[in-house]
Amino acid sequence: MAGVNLKIDGVEIEAPVGENLMQAATRAGVRVPGLCQLDGLSVVGACRLCMVEIAGTPRPRPACATPVGESMDVHTDTPRLREHRRVLLEMLFAEGQHICAACVASGACELQNLAAELGVDHVNFTPPPTRLEMDLSHPRFGYDPSRCVLCTRCVRACAEVEGAFTWGVAGRGRETHLVADLGVPWGEAESCTSCGKCVSACPVGALFEKGTSVGERRVTRALVSTLTARRDRESHREVLK
Amino acid sequence: MPRTLLIDPVTRIEGHAKITVRLDDAGAVQDTRFHVTEFRGFEAFCRGRSVYEMPALTARTCGICPVSHVLTGAKAGDAVLGVEPPPAARALRRMMNLGQILQSHSLSFFHLSAPDLLLGFDSAPGARNVFGLIDAEPEIARRGIRMRRFGQEVIAALGGRKIHPAWAVPGGVLGNIDPEAVERLRAEHETIVHDAKWAWARYGELVDAHPAEVAAFGDFPSLFFGIVSPDGAWEHHDGLLRFIDAEGNRVGEDFPAERYAEFIGEVADADTYLKSPYHLGAQGGAPVGPQAPGTYRVGPLARVNLAERMGTPLADAALADFRGEFGRVPLGSFHYHGARLIEILACAEQLGELLNDPELGSGPLRAEAGINRLRGVGVSEAPRGTLFHDYRVDEDGRITGVRMIIATGHNNLAMNRTIGQIAEAFVKGPDVAEGALNRIEAGIRAYDPCLSCSTHAVGQMPLVLRVEAADGTLLRELAR
Repeated sequence: MAGVNLKIDGVEIEAPVGENLMQAATRAGVRVPGLCQLDGLSVVGACRLCMVEIAGTPRPRPACATPVGESMDVHTDTPRLREHRRVLLEMLFAEGQHICAACVASGACELQNLAAELGVDHVNFTPPPTRLEMDLSHPRFGYDPSRCVLCTRCVRACAEVEGAFTWGVAGRGRETHLVADLGVPWGEAESCTSCGKCVSACPVGALFEKGTSVGERRVTRALVSTLTARRDRESHREVLK
Repeated sequence: MPRTLLIDPVTRIEGHAKITVRLDDAGAVQDTRFHVTEFRGFEAFCRGRSVYEMPALTARTCGICPVSHVLTGAKAGDAVLGVEPPPAARALRRMMNLGQILQSHSLSFFHLSAPDLLLGFDSAPGARNVFGLIDAEPEIARRGIRMRRFGQEVIAALGGRKIHPAWAVPGGVLGNIDPEAVERLRAEHETIVHDAKWAWARYGELVDAHPAEVAAFGDFPSLFFGIVSPDGAWEHHDGLLRFIDAEGNRVGEDFPAERYAEFIGEVADADTYLKSPYHLGAQGGAPVGPQAPGTYRVGPLARVNLAERMGTPLADAALADFRGEFGRVPLGSFHYHGARLIEILACAEQLGELLNDPELGSGPLRAEAGINRLRGVGVSEAPRGTLFHDYRVDEDGRITGVRMIIATGHNNLAMNRTIGQIAEAFVKGPDVAEGALNRIEAGIRAYDPCLSCSTHAVGQMPLVLRVEAADGTLLRELAR
């Protein structure tokens, strides 16, 4: 396999062509923060938290959506990037109602963990006055739009892994929100197989198992990645035959 | 010229309040008012949330009794699911409530009220606090702190943390008690019972030291209200609701939580965020004026007055002494302190029974169910008195309406009347002595009010005292 040589935070590594900077950084032992990326799903570069600086390029680039290149000199943790990530996180908090004290995902929330990691203990933006209704119409799962960070992991897990295409995104700007089927209550979405992959993929408490209470999130986010990895192995076997 | 006194803020209570004392032309007390000056609105913003979130959401009403809200919210949730939690879960919930009452009463008595009671109402304000108490009476301060810590440890052993443990959920509880903590608590338990007995033994001395305060701190006939066990014993969590009159006679039959609205009405006043609940049976209509016939009291004194017995040996002996000394139904709100000490003893003893129960925590801890009822009422005894959570939900379990009636609300009419009584006894004209203001505050403090809960509001409890002329002109304002 053809490879390239690059530096990530001063560490020289070799990476196969086609790998992205986030994957290469992970192999180099460098963790780049992110919310929308999940192994096994396609890349969208929606959250912009994994932005990195590449010497010679004027603007930061999303690590998850930038392929490795020969002789790249990548920096993942500069004062500018840290400030950028903190502001982004604050905006995510300000857009929703992220009340950890009442959230099923508290203690197992990627947003909460990132806030702790990046030192976001206050939100300097005024939250919107809008109130978003919870959708509890599904017999097994609930959806709280006020906790959604629009990472679209659920949309991709539903489409790419389950093949149901139940979840989609509607609206623009601050009005952007998830919809089930063509905007029906989740419980009425005929395409939904109730597989729960969307709930498993959710980085926050926006999608949850009904009947669970604060800090009770039990599903593992690795589920989708594990399934896709196993499927890849299965398809390799098909090829080998 | 008529004048008004204003105590603003009231200190060493939970929340924000002020007190207005209006004087007539001759300088005599004409009218007194207790105003709660903050508002939070949990009843509004919980709408639209899942019923499963309610224990945790409402716990944030207060940092002192989050446990009471968690337990009551979970009970209202049980009613929505239409389930009874498994026996092990019920026992553990009871245990947490006992820990909560023990820690909160210890805080109220030893940290907040003991400085007045032991150092004197006229002692120097700068030292009239828990630190002054530590200097003057180190042993009582030490034991008070120890009892409070023990109660907090019980809560932490169950909920994993001392404050805001979102541990009780509709249908049961999230986790079992930590077995190592049970060992630790068992080892310390005897000391706590001993401390509680020792503290109760000092109550008679406090009453003897403050005859004027005992007489003026809300000594009037009223109804009393709270939970009793089905066999009439003292109860704090499961049981029926009972009203008694000032002679100790039952007013109507005991009733279950979901029927509370048949017996309790609420009025709102323009000058305070704290509503005034009243007993509907009294004269049909809403209460008018401080002598309102529907006035009732809740909390330690009410629970002790309601009970036919406490149910544990030392607490029963204390109750017999209490009644022997002050009558079958002590009416003075000063005796809230005594009742609190008896309850501390009862909690300590009952916690011992639970800690030594070999079945503690065995069996299922949670009943699972969907939404089976569109309304659920939960009731529990918070340290300060009876707490109601009344939820209405849609078929998906989303909250469509919330009503919370909090202990301090139940006591609002009685607190107003108490302030009037103290002002009449200790305020003569506008040049009010600091000690008189302190007594007015202490009269409120006897109820151990939690204004953050009762208006669902936040903050310290500074109190402002306003002295006003009959036309409302401010003559003097004392703030801390």
